[in-house]
Amino acid sequence: MTEGLTWTVYDADTMTQSEIYGEVLCRLGEENPRIVGLSADLANSTKIGKFGKKFPDRFFNVGIAEQNLFGVAAGLAKTGLIPFVSTMAAFTAMRGAEQVRTDICYQNLNCKIIATHAGTSFGSAGTTHHCTEDLAIMRSFANMTVIAPADGIETAKAVKACVDYPGPVYIRIGRGFEPKFYENEEYDFQIGKAIEVNPGTDITLICCGVTVLQAAEAAKFLKENDDLSVRVLNMHTIKPLDEEAVMAAVTDTRRIITFEDHTILGGLGSAVADVIAASGKGCAFSKVGIPDCYCIVGYPEDLCSHYKLDTDGIIDKVREVMKMDFEEADDWEDEV
Amino acid sequence: MPVTDQEIKVLHEKACQLRKDIIDITYWAGGAHIGGAMSMVEILILLYYKYMKIDPKNPTWKERDRMVLSKGHGGVGYAPLLARKGYFDFQDLKEFNKFKSPFGMHLDSLKVKGVDVSTGSLGHGLPMAVGMSLGARVQKQSWLTYCILGDGECNEGSIWEAAMAASHFKLTNLITFVDRNRLMIDGTTEEIMGLEPFVDKWKAFGFVVKEVDGHNFTALADAIESAQKETKAPVVIIANTFKGKGVDFMENNVKWHYGGLDTDLVEKAKASVDRMYEQAINLKK
Ligand SMILES: Cc1ncc(C[n+]2csc(CCOP(=O)(O)OP(=O)(O)O)c2C)c(N)n1
Ligand SMILES: [Mg+2]
Repeated sequence: MTEGLTWTVYDADTMTQSEIYGEVLCRLGEENPRIVGLSADLANSTKIGKFGKKFPDRFFNVGIAEQNLFGVAAGLAKTGLIPFVSTMAAFTAMRGAEQVRTDICYQNLNCKIIATHAGTSFGSAGTTHHCTEDLAIMRSFANMTVIAPADGIETAKAVKACVDYPGPVYIRIGRGFEPKFYENEEYDFQIGKAIEVNPGTDITLICCGVTVLQAAEAAKFLKENDDLSVRVLNMHTIKPLDEEAVMAAVTDTRRIITFEDHTILGGLGSAVADVIAASGKGCAFSKVGIPDCYCIVGYPEDLCSHYKLDTDGIIDKVREVMKMDFEEADDWEDEV
Repeated sequence: MPVTDQEIKVLHEKACQLRKDIIDITYWAGGAHIGGAMSMVEILILLYYKYMKIDPKNPTWKERDRMVLSKGHGGVGYAPLLARKGYFDFQDLKEFNKFKSPFGMHLDSLKVKGVDVSTGSLGHGLPMAVGMSLGARVQKQSWLTYCILGDGECNEGSIWEAAMAASHFKLTNLITFVDRNRLMIDGTTEEIMGLEPFVDKWKAFGFVVKEVDGHNFTALADAIESAQKETKAPVVIIANTFKGKGVDFMENNVKWHYGGLDTDLVEKAKASVDRMYEQAINLKK
């Protein structure tokens, strides 16, 4: 259980999300002999190679063959082992999609997929290596749990938590060099439970991954300059979604914006929208992410500001949504 | 002799220039897939300067020969070649990998003139090349489709699915190369996922196989010309190469799959490429 894991074996100031993942997995491997690792010629880039060096007998590099990768992982899980599988997000969520869905999720197997280079984090590589669809794809697979940690520290928390979490889990992380948000692991992380990183009553920003830090900064700025009380939720688990936190935001703030390094179709924003729509309650709402297009080329910081996912973009968006009209019903004011 | 000594001299010059261009772009971009770009230089140069029926002024000319760079991470080697052929200005490549640039590391066929298909996710090129070869057949066109695979890329099942289709459909208008540099990212092809007996595998899939020195223009030209004459089965040319070829500190070094260069290394790399060129020219004399 997560409570038992109080160690840290990494330095979040100097290490990337994937480096932290590699270290944490090594430690987990010592504790749990059922953990095995797999990659597809990206052992070094994804840092699962660290586990491979430490446990060569429990690690399999299947070459550049992602469909086989996830099929083999499914087979290993069938024998009672806990496979951790790592390649780039694009080759996980798209090339390996049917194996992930039919071999792993359909059979509800205990596979943990840690996909790197997600979103626009490998921005200069071009569209083939961008992965702005994975949350939507993975979220649509029954039995799958989908997590987008805010930074390296939270990657460690998520990786530790997923070991004992039943069934398939998909964790998406960046290429490296994403700025850190958390100072240390001393906070409560539970799969499926949103974290309020800033309290607020005027508007709620629901975020995952790299946008959590940006939104928290924006909230600070808006408090000081616009006297706005901005709630920021770190919605690290996209599935199962913390519907209670979403509904509390609807009731308390009546204005919600989602921010994600992902297409606005089908990801975090859509998951939140589903909850709001089903509730039948009025709420000003907007989704920010990559619009329905293939992301342009560039470094992730530049892309982040281009697509208005940085602090400035978030501030502008909040000001815009504060002016938005919506149908206010007067009979549910004090519910929830 | 399919290529004259005079031609070979020019080809060496072009190859030397392309290698230096790759070094410059890697420097400008802050990093690129330089190793695999260097290993396929001779294949690209020979195709584009001697064999391919193309018109850089008219990149979408219907009857042109097609190129599918299935190992799409070789974009840093392919883009400068297209620039030197006149598809666009070489100076545009200063923007390679940069914000809002048309040139990502993996080239986009909708943004870069001369690029017939967008590649970069390994294992996609050969299936598309099979489709383009079938497209020529259906439309009674005589263009050829050339496809360049990485050897690590041949781990992908889709390559063998396409190979099966190419021989099933007897695609003699498709000429496939494998840049057999024996390296991928995590190590050598044989230690990560053994490909050998590689020639036998292609034969078993119904291909005519030519195995040649992939840095030798004469050997490559022989193979290409006999492939063009082949009437029964698709041909694969397994080009034995060295990753990082031409730059002594990169050659056959797995660390140089992807890397960046500072000005010092740029000078060293170019000096090494010059030495390679001089050696090649002297050998010819
Ligand atoms: C489907 C897919 N999986 C993984 C990658 C990441 N990747 C890029 S290049 C490469 C190694 C390619 O090796 P090889 O085909 O031998 O090319 P070369 O040695 O010529 O560079 C890998 C694994 C990718 N681009 N596409
Ligand atoms: Mg290779």
